[in-house]
Amino acid sequence: MTPDVTDGAVTGMAGTGDRNGARETGKSIDTLAIRDLRLRFRGYTETTTVLHGISMRVAPEQRVALVGESGSGKTVIARAILGLLQLLPGAIVNGDIDFEGQDLTGLTTRAWRRLRGVRMSMIFQDPTSSLNPVFTIGEQFHEVHRRADPAIRRSVSGDRAAAILEEVSITEPDRVLESYPFQLSGGMNQRVMIAMAMANEPALLIADEPGTALDVTVQDQTLRLMRRLVDSHRTSVLFISHNLGVVREFADRVYVIYQGRIVEEGPSAAIFRDPRHAYTQALMAAAPRITGGGIPDVSEDEPAFLAPREVHPPEPTPTGDG
Amino acid sequence: MTDRLLELRSVSRTFHLGTRQVRAVNAVTADVRRGECLAVVGESGSGKSTLANLILGVLPPDPGGEIRLEGEILPHRRQRRHRQAIQLVQQNPLSSLNPKRSIGASIRLALDVHGIGDRQDRPARVGALLEEVGLPADFATRPPAALSGGQRQRVAIARALACESGLVVLDEPTSALDVRVQSRVLALLAQLRAQRGLTYVFITHDLSVVRNIADRILVIEAGRVVEVGDTVNLFESPRHPCTRRLISAVPVIGAEEVAFRERVRGLAEGLQEAAGGTG
Ligand SMILES: Nc1ncnc2c1ncn2[C@@H]1O[C@H](COP(=O)(O)OP(=O)(O)OP(=O)(O)O)[C@@H](O)[C@H]1O
Ligand SMILES: Nc1ncnc2c1ncn2[C@@H]1O[C@H](COP(=O)(O)OP(=O)(O)OP(=O)(O)O)[C@@H](O)[C@H]1O
Ligand SMILES: [Mg+2]
Ligand SMILES: [Mg+2]
Repeated sequence: MTPDVTDGAVTGMAGTGDRNGARETGKSIDTLAIRDLRLRFRGYTETTTVLHGISMRVAPEQRVALVGESGSGKTVIARAILGLLQLLPGAIVNGDIDFEGQDLTGLTTRAWRRLRGVRMSMIFQDPTSSLNPVFTIGEQFHEVHRRADPAIRRSVSGDRAAAILEEVSITEPDRVLESYPFQLSGGMNQRVMIAMAMANEPALLIADEPGTALDVTVQDQTLRLMRRLVDSHRTSVLFISHNLGVVREFADRVYVIYQGRIVEEGPSAAIFRDPRHAYTQALMAAAPRITGGGIPDVSEDEPAFLAPREVHPPEPTPTGDG
Repeated sequence: MTDRLLELRSVSRTFHLGTRQVRAVNAVTADVRRGECLAVVGESGSGKSTLANLILGVLPPDPGGEIRLEGEILPHRRQRRHRQAIQLVQQNPLSSLNPKRSIGASIRLALDVHGIGDRQDRPARVGALLEEVGLPADFATRPPAALSGGQRQRVAIARALACESGLVVLDEPTSALDVRVQSRVLALLAQLRAQRGLTYVFITHDLSVVRNIADRILVIEAGRVVEVGDTVNLFESPRHPCTRRLISAVPVIGAEEVAFRERVRGLAEGLQEAAGGTG
């Protein structure tokens, strides 16, 4: 069985069976382990519960996707991992988050600074929260590079930034580096953020809807860059996306979240081949098709969407022929 | 004779950055027919949002171009009635919502500015609009920061629809929505179009969405229109390499779709071979 390497465009992205197997059974310490994460927001009159005990893990070099309903809690999980949610006055956060075997609870501000943007970095869903409107892209790259290497010269940083921007299909990196965010298109800003998040070769990359403004060809290029980072620097990726096609082709493992609960988890191939939870099935049925057929009819939410979690076993490692 | 609502006649827009020039939109000529959904697709940076801003009058076009609404030339400085006639759902929902205002107040302001409904009715109308896009009415009191990405995007859609304008320009309006919510929002857009006779210019990179809602598609590459056509034809026999490239790279989940994509990919490759002179 030879993996199809010539068809790079899309098929090449799919996690092939043997890689999946290796990643599923990895014995090393998890890059990320979340246990029973709970979150409530204190409001004026009442308290709303947003996360009802989330547990998930990301192994080294694994590409894990988190998919689910708008408002189900994906971004708050990502912000909790980075320790940002805990800074919000109204947020009550409970549970354990371990990063490379280390418990992150109670980390000092200084320790967080050494971690964030260096060992773990995030591509935010909303570009305005990570790009500063009053600095050029080049200045912002310098700032990012300085976090890992405080003495780095502006010119060195600029060369490195230009190189990584080219990898996300930015054709005029010099123009982009001289520009302010408002002078770039939505997708260009997204690519700048992706490139910045990868600039320091983190151990964990959290990508929250990284490709929403990217056309398919650029998205493909960007995912390839992420995969290369995974392969060459043992980076792990937590990938939040609404695009099920991208998830199928990029992720090794998938978690499906609905109203603050994980409802299904397992190897990506298994989830797409055999979705078991009522919510996952409804989600897949709602995807519009490029072959047409109109906008799919969407059923109302059902009580079955709150049914207990379905866990798929690891895929068996293919051994030559079966 | 078709009923043209909006006409663009060699519309261009050049940005100057120091000594550099970026021609984001280059001599675009196109019509938007009354009541249709015209999709605008193109690669990132191809000029789609700039085109939206030109239609809205947020940016002036370069001299020489002309934009007409119902046959009347639109001046760059728009009068109130022009502003009311065209609504925009911006690509980035956060920057389009005032962070200091509750989302209810933002929608309310749109109703006030456009003088829609009676004063007493407006609060109820705000709640109804939120529910139409699948949000609880009591979200009205929240600031945008207390909403998820997709919830904010739906607020932006609700606000544009509040105005009941004839032409709505939607820039990546469903990019932050999961497919279930997305399908609901698209169904709502279709229903409102039928009920109120709205016209949409729908900018998106998501061809699966385009395939299922657009009547016609306009493909732009580096600021120029490279292909325009009826949706079914354009998907079945895409002519321009840019169009073929876009279709053949769509990530999909179904076996049938994979087969379709392979066929278009074959077309795209055939084209390359022909250009390379190999047989
Ligand atoms: N500061 C806050 N105060 C109160 N509620 C909040 C706050 N931030 C988020 N929420 C609520 O928490 C829930 C989860 O939000 P989150 O941003 O994690 O959703 P999401 O899964 O990322 O959705 P989307 O796909 O739309 O981005 C939402 O219902 C949101 O309204
Ligand atoms: N205010 C500005 N000043 C300078 N250049 C600009 C400005 N606005 C846009 N541009 C440039 O114009 C080109 C087209 O941008 P535009 O935002 O229209 O692209 P787009 O098709 O909407 O892309 P995307 O799909 O990534 O959102 C880009 O190269 C961008 O950098
Ligand atoms: Mg989110
Ligand atoms: Mg744009």
